[in-house]
Amino acid sequence: MNIFVCIKQVPDTTTRIKLRDDRNGIDESDIQWIISPHDELAIEEALRLREQQRDSTITVLSAGPERVTDSLRMALAMGADSAVQVDLPGDGDSTMNASALAAAIRRLGPADIVFTGKEAIDDGAAAVGQALAVFLDMPCVTVVNGIDYGDGAITCRRDVGGGSIEVIESPLPVVVAAQVGLNEPRYATALNIIKAKKKPIDTLTAEDLGVTEANRKTRLKNFELPPPKQPCRIIEGAPADQAKELVRVLAEEIQAI
Amino acid sequence: MKVLIIAEHKNGQLSEATRELFGLSFGQEEVHAVAAGEGGEPLAGPLGELGVAKLHLINSPALASYTGESFGQALGQFIQQFAPDVVLAAHTPQGRDLAPRLAAALDAALATDCIQVSLDGGQVTARRPVYAGKATAEVEFTGDSLKVITVRPRTVKAPEPDASRSAEVAEVVVELPGQKTALKEIIASDNVRPDVTEAAIVVTGGRSLGSAENFSIIENFADSIGAAVGSSRAAVDAGYRPYRDQVGQTGKVVSPQVYIACGVSGAIQHLAGMRTSKHIVAINTDPDAPIFQLADYGIVGDLFEVVPQLTEAAKNRNGS
Repeated sequence: MNIFVCIKQVPDTTTRIKLRDDRNGIDESDIQWIISPHDELAIEEALRLREQQRDSTITVLSAGPERVTDSLRMALAMGADSAVQVDLPGDGDSTMNASALAAAIRRLGPADIVFTGKEAIDDGAAAVGQALAVFLDMPCVTVVNGIDYGDGAITCRRDVGGGSIEVIESPLPVVVAAQVGLNEPRYATALNIIKAKKKPIDTLTAEDLGVTEANRKTRLKNFELPPPKQPCRIIEGAPADQAKELVRVLAEEIQAI
Repeated sequence: MKVLIIAEHKNGQLSEATRELFGLSFGQEEVHAVAAGEGGEPLAGPLGELGVAKLHLINSPALASYTGESFGQALGQFIQQFAPDVVLAAHTPQGRDLAPRLAAALDAALATDCIQVSLDGGQVTARRPVYAGKATAEVEFTGDSLKVITVRPRTVKAPEPDASRSAEVAEVVVELPGQKTALKEIIASDNVRPDVTEAAIVVTGGRSLGSAENFSIIENFADSIGAAVGSSRAAVDAGYRPYRDQVGQTGKVVSPQVYIACGVSGAIQHLAGMRTSKHIVAINTDPDAPIFQLADYGIVGDLFEVVPQLTEAAKNRNGS
């Protein structure tokens, strides 16, 4: 099978966000970049599928500037066969990124299955999977936390919120957007991380893929940090008194209960 | 400017998240609604009272249950022909799956999960959280194309219906050829409590509970005030709670009226998932825990002592 995985490089979850002086983006100077957590699940699922279907190859793609090659190397260290940087600005919107990724898959494919995360934890748009599928004329199943692989088809479990699950059947080729619970991503070993440093990473430019600024429909600007909070009111006393006072606050001041 | 709202419903019962969309500022713009599914006729009443001029009904047995593919096709065809300037939907599990499909198919601009949207004076502006709420950003629409916007539930208050208003109804016929995907089964949640994303109050426990069994302390308190039970990532990783309950940047982002964090220190990725809650209460033994920097009310104490007392106090207050 020809398996593709689309990953996004994002700031680590522990990052304290600082804004650029012009407030039209974040200050990237001290950021530790990681593969967006749901995209790690997508890589892991591809690796497990290849273990079942031995003649498969896994190509990992990431849209973004040169820094994304570090995340692509991590995907290679986890076990992907090849990696391609889709050279776009770091602030491309979902439509622009999905257009370029779809064009890359068309060029390198045909794909039997495309995995991605259900959302990237930077802009949280949760849109690239569905948009990719539209551009590739494939079905798409989002928020997937379980897959059974059949003959030319898959059966997915979708997490539709509140703990409810939808069971969706789809033929291949298909785009699947991974949700937590799908699998437990493996760690790349130190040896494989070292080996991955020497592996080639191909680059496709926006020009190669026919993507221009016209593919962008939105741009984020005027970033704001959350307003500072008022100091916390500490409720003192013995546990029983603290409890009574807090319940009074919930009932009378906030009127929530 | 033509504004179209995608009305989410179950057999003619309008979803609360759709109702909230009418709390946005539309200025003088005429508002239309479209509803796909089965049995949507009763929607004309409530949608009319909320200010819809015309309800476009796509009624088909093939749309009885949502699939992204069938709803994408049906609504895509209608939107293409109706040619609105702005399409609005709630950022619900359905809306978030559907909106990107529509935007891609219609060559539209997409802004999901917005917390502010204004359509006053023909100008569309939107603001959305980024980095799971560690910041917000304004969405600039760079062209004149159709704008597809989803709005985060519980950020806008639904207006009072005005019984003197009513909506026209138009039937819409669409073609749904060759569906590739099929919904085989819906497995209902085994959660007996409200979902963390939908509840007005969320009571969250952390790894300091020490075991899955000890979470009964949190559950009892949550039940005494009708709250959802949330969990930190550490407690999910430790196997105390299902992922369904996880609040944080890699779990769910919640925005309840009251968020009560019990024994949760407040890792930055957890804070990102609950910081927009209206009122935050923290109960923790460590007065320096980061959660207190975000909290409005705090109790420095042992949750094993305090939380059972809270359950008692809440029950006494309810007179039960």
